[in-house]
Amino acid sequence: MSALTAEPQKADLREPAGWRRTKSRIMTSLMVLSFVVVIIPLGFVLWTVIAKGASVVGWSFWTSGTIPPNTEPLGLGGIGPAIVGTVEIVALASAMAVPLGVLGAIYINEYGGRGVLARIVRFMADVMTGVPSIVMGLFIFSIWVLHFGTNGFSGLAGAFALGCLMLPIVIRSSEEMLKLVPDSLREGSYALGATKARVTVTVVLPAALGGIVSGALLAIARAAGETAPLLFTILGVQSLNWNVFHGATTALPLLIFSNASSPYVGAEGRGWGAALTLIAIAFILMITARLVTARFARYAR
Amino acid sequence: MDDPEQMTVTTSLPKPAALREQVATGSDTPGAPVFATRNVSCYYGSFRAVTDVSLTIYENDITAFIGPSGCGKTTVLRTLNRMNDLVEGARVEGDVEYRGAPLYAPGVSATAVRRRIGMVFQKPNPFPKSIYDNVAYGPRINGERKKEKLDEIVEHSLRQAALWDEVKNRLNKSGLSLSGGQAQRLCIARTLAVEPDVVLMDEPCSALDPIATGKIEDLMREIKSRYTIVIVTHNMQQATRVSDRTAFYSVLRDEQNDTRTGVLVEYGRTQQIFADPADPRTQAYVTGRVG
Repeated sequence: MSALTAEPQKADLREPAGWRRTKSRIMTSLMVLSFVVVIIPLGFVLWTVIAKGASVVGWSFWTSGTIPPNTEPLGLGGIGPAIVGTVEIVALASAMAVPLGVLGAIYINEYGGRGVLARIVRFMADVMTGVPSIVMGLFIFSIWVLHFGTNGFSGLAGAFALGCLMLPIVIRSSEEMLKLVPDSLREGSYALGATKARVTVTVVLPAALGGIVSGALLAIARAAGETAPLLFTILGVQSLNWNVFHGATTALPLLIFSNASSPYVGAEGRGWGAALTLIAIAFILMITARLVTARFARYAR
Repeated sequence: MDDPEQMTVTTSLPKPAALREQVATGSDTPGAPVFATRNVSCYYGSFRAVTDVSLTIYENDITAFIGPSGCGKTTVLRTLNRMNDLVEGARVEGDVEYRGAPLYAPGVSATAVRRRIGMVFQKPNPFPKSIYDNVAYGPRINGERKKEKLDEIVEHSLRQAALWDEVKNRLNKSGLSLSGGQAQRLCIARTLAVEPDVVLMDEPCSALDPIATGKIEDLMREIKSRYTIVIVTHNMQQATRVSDRTAFYSVLRDEQNDTRTGVLVEYGRTQQIFADPADPRTQAYVTGRVG
């Protein structure tokens, strides 16, 4: 340390110039570009559905009975039976798949560990995710519907098919969320003399709840939009069927499919209206679930 | 050593006889033995983390475990309330007795053990619940449902942990909203709420600033008349400030087989360990020449 060192050099804190800065700019532009590319189809879908469906939907459209997808002009008929069917079937499928899936995830992550059974369940869930949805429909058709002859078609059968589709999604997403719960929380609970079940129910599940609900919602939204598994299970009829456990019924995706594939202007319009309704239902579901979890998760921060 | 307090300790100490046997014999009369370990070795899979630990921990003492990283002090601590049961592949050899009962005998419930022997962790780990629910958690899992009783326990525990005045007006706020020192005192309150016999502390102050550390040390001295405390610490000043007895652990290397394991080098009254250690390794560590 000599006192002779005059003028201490000023630290250079400017942004690095040259190639490094260029690279940074290129990468930033790429990211923004990717985001825009991703958002375009979403915006386009939303825009088209709203533009073509907004003029169709309304209270009478939602509550009127279905009419066959042929000559009738736009303004007649509605999608009441399909809304009832979709809500009932998806609710029933969720009631079966969500608890089962969450319990399965708890088993895999909290109890099974690296055991054989846990590995099998995890592997099977992965395989099940890859099964095409039409195959799920055919599966339920062959093991359930066919056993009951012409009475076999029902909302229940549809719910089975959708439930099979939702189950692996719920299992894997819940498992990921449970994995994120830090072990320090589990240890804190064990150190107070809690049993494993207690730790899971009172500490792990509440901490993972937000994520588990998100995963379940994704699964529900996915199932609500499925057409293929319903073709062979609920048949798709025009009439209103309140009984989800008995008799053929209909659902929004089926109605969209039959109307959209019809050449008549009226049918096409009803298809767009039904599509908008389906999106709206999914949207309302998401918002509600978010609000509910926000109440539960208010101690997370 | 430039800590004046320690200097006086050093000079005013009568020199006790060398303590080669690893049982504390202080000038005071120790309380009843709470833990007695004999030749305890802990393994993680095939790795022997700590070898042949024999020591006795006495009632209402604050016992400090010190030693360099990897010496197995935390492993021994977690053996005392069977926390290591939760680690896959962990096992214990030798005898660990808690108030005359073998801790690792068949039929002993780890849950029952942990209800009597609580633990505070290195990183404060409040649950993502309200401050109130954090403290009431233990009593609740033990079956306490009455609101008045829970209120009483929560207040009493938070007072013992010297946190009541800071949080009494926001008991329904999240436990995660507290600062590090407050969160650690909340964890201590949570542990005390189940009225344990022993509190094990695994480096409870290593994530805290000196002021928060001081508060926790004050609180340890405050509650030691009702609890037996075992604390793992990297901070030797902390051991001298709070503990009655100190166990020094070290790492034993086997160069030929390229293995290492933790061993208990010396255990005795804290004053003796720091002022007149019997083992040269202890001497080297407490004077800061090693570790």
